Amino acid sequence: MTSFARVSKYRRHKFAGPVLVVAALLTIGSAFSIASALPSATKMSAGATTTQIAEGKKIFAAGCSSCHGLNAEGSSIAPALIGVGAASVDFQVGTGRMPMADMSQQAERKPPKYNAEETAALAAYVASLAPGPSAVDGANLNYERDGNTAQGGELFRTNCAMCHNFAAQGGALSQGKYAPTLMGVQPKYMYEAMITGPQSMPIFSDKTITPAEKLSIIKWIKAAQNEPSLGGATTGRVGPVTEGLLAWLLGLGSLIGVAVWLAAKAR
Amino acid sequence: MSQKERIIGGVANYVDERTGAAKWLNKNLKKVFPDHWSFMLGEVALYSFIILLLSGTFLTFWFDPSQRDVIYNGSYMPLQHVQMSAAYASTLHISFDVRGGLLMRQIHHWAALLFMAAIIAHLLRVFFTGAFRKPREANWLIGVGLVTLGIVEGFLGYSLPDDLLSGTGIRIAEAILQAIPVVGSYIAFFAFGGAFPGHVFIPRIYTVHVLLLPGAFLALITIHLMLVWYQKHTQYPGPGRTEKNVVGYPLMPVYMAKAGGFFGIVFGVTAFLGAVASINPIWLYGPYTPGQISAGSQPDFYMGWLDGLVRMSPPIETHAFGHTISWNILIPGLIVPGILFTGMALYPFIESYISGDKREHHLLDRPRNVPNRTALGVMSLTFIMVVLINGGNDLIATHFHMSINQIMWMSRIGVFILPPLSFVITKRICLSLQRADRDLVLHGRETGRLVMLPHGEFVEVHEPISAEKAWTLTSHEQPKAIPHVSEDANGVAKPKSLVNKLRSRMSTANAEQRPAATATEAKELEGGHH
Repeated sequence: MTSFARVSKYRRHKFAGPVLVVAALLTIGSAFSIASALPSATKMSAGATTTQIAEGKKIFAAGCSSCHGLNAEGSSIAPALIGVGAASVDFQVGTGRMPMADMSQQAERKPPKYNAEETAALAAYVASLAPGPSAVDGANLNYERDGNTAQGGELFRTNCAMCHNFAAQGGALSQGKYAPTLMGVQPKYMYEAMITGPQSMPIFSDKTITPAEKLSIIKWIKAAQNEPSLGGATTGRVGPVTEGLLAWLLGLGSLIGVAVWLAAKAR
Repeated sequence: MSQKERIIGGVANYVDERTGAAKWLNKNLKKVFPDHWSFMLGEVALYSFIILLLSGTFLTFWFDPSQRDVIYNGSYMPLQHVQMSAAYASTLHISFDVRGGLLMRQIHHWAALLFMAAIIAHLLRVFFTGAFRKPREANWLIGVGLVTLGIVEGFLGYSLPDDLLSGTGIRIAEAILQAIPVVGSYIAFFAFGGAFPGHVFIPRIYTVHVLLLPGAFLALITIHLMLVWYQKHTQYPGPGRTEKNVVGYPLMPVYMAKAGGFFGIVFGVTAFLGAVASINPIWLYGPYTPGQISAGSQPDFYMGWLDGLVRMSPPIETHAFGHTISWNILIPGLIVPGILFTGMALYPFIESYISGDKREHHLLDRPRNVPNRTALGVMSLTFIMVVLINGGNDLIATHFHMSINQIMWMSRIGVFILPPLSFVITKRICLSLQRADRDLVLHGRETGRLVMLPHGEFVEVHEPISAEKAWTLTSHEQPKAIPHVSEDANGVAKPKSLVNKLRSRMSTANAEQRPAATATEAKELEGGHH
């Protein structure tokens, strides 16, 4: 993405040849590994069995239909689920957002209500209604191998930081809605969120952000999460507000304490 | 006389014969300063400034104030091979590849926050105790200049690293420049050498940040301190303290030791914060590009109130004679701060006009004894707090599960309602405290001892307070309002009657007091029911 004019300056450099060979090998290698990894990820729920679908339909009727309608056709309080795909169900149910605890502005992340098997059945049922994005198998997302942290950081700052904050700590949206923190979120749910656009989030199709770039974003988020706090204790990585509070309370507060002590000793 | 004394005496004599320093030193080392913790707030600001000069000088050894594009190749892996400005790359270099660099950066930033916090606390102390009154109006003006320059200097420092947060701040500064009617676009083009972000802004503000403003600070702080020295320090009222003396301790050795030790403690606290608490982790923000922004972008606290004002202003624009006037930026970004700072600068003159008091004051006021001024101060503080809270509305929304829109509307309404309300409440509290003082002097201290009288009645024993305390509570002046005289002795109407009437009204409100207890009153009470 960076300018080719800059690169051309180095084209007669003595390392240009070897670097190009290595780069070409890397590109072919990573392209191959991603190509081999991703389809299997998206094919995961293709083998859903009829029993699974029937099981899912039962769970849906019991736990979801009161809002989403008996045939997932939606209602005045909940959207239709026809065509949302297995990925959407896996994300919403797997992260505990659905079923919702109450009719507040936004479904919150909480301990999931259904176990993995039930979630898969629900996903299979919804996917059987109409085609949509398939659920992602976390085991196939080798972001550590296929992602690029620096590129992921750039993509994150361009596409995600405006809502999720520069360090993926989350941020406020209008009317009580919010972009949640991405700390501790499983990679597959990050991936599914990007392809399904849950709640206020936009959909990032494979044309806007390629699968490889999505892995880079995930790799950067994980790197930010695991990065030790380099300058000492963080104040929440939310910027100058907490820093200002600390400066007043701990900084000036302790110095006023010392000043009181210094003035009192003299009496 | 020992060998050592002879040598030292010889040197001292040599210097004295050529400079006459002995007489000057003898006089000034004995200079007396009053003792109170609140007199040390300004000291904290001074010491933070020294820390800022030292740590800032260290940072200049490696900082490259240039917006030329470079590809990062330092030791922070998540930004490897990312295109960025040399300013940002060198800040990363200072943070990760210079020994002690990150510590120094953090000390510098914490010291800057502490500098501004101490200035504001010092300013509040001076305001609420009336230390700005004659002959110290000029020093008040210098102080207002220092706090203004401090805000600008801090903002420039925050902008220099050219990270995503810096760039966002600069973008807003550009918007405020552009909002100046008619000439705004030209001024912005002049400042940035063309369109935003350009390549000249960071080098330019670097010169201002490390040369021009520190120089201005040094000059103003020197005058500020020389005036304190010359006019002598104010003191709190108490027995033995008058408008003509200063009760305290000499500079040498008491304040030399205290000030030296306190400087060490300020440096220690700043270094401790720099060592244990992360501040402005620029590597997480990433380099600035105009297409990116982070949720929750905030300025440092001393600019936070301005951000809060901008965040609450409704989107109003007018178009006239081919020019756009952006009231939504112009009002919160320039007009309101202009009114606030002008009002602050002129306050000593306004108060003296209203009270008609043109005398010198070296004894400080207890805030309760000047209810109007105290109420005005609390009113201004309330205003600043409301807009400051709105400056952090996004974080408050996420952390307290509220709607950002609700917080904004609460601030929009609160900014008009809460300041006048706090004025009235503060004034009432001050007058009540005056009454409590009066009560204490006349009826003494409640001892908590209950005594049963022969006829069965219980009374609490009151003990008279000490003479020193009674003096402190009653020595303050009882101000008199300027009477309104609309006609002279011959019944001819005076000119400027309306202005005089207004002044007299304000003067009456300003002079509202509960009378302090007098000795005669105390005697009468003693003869009476006690």
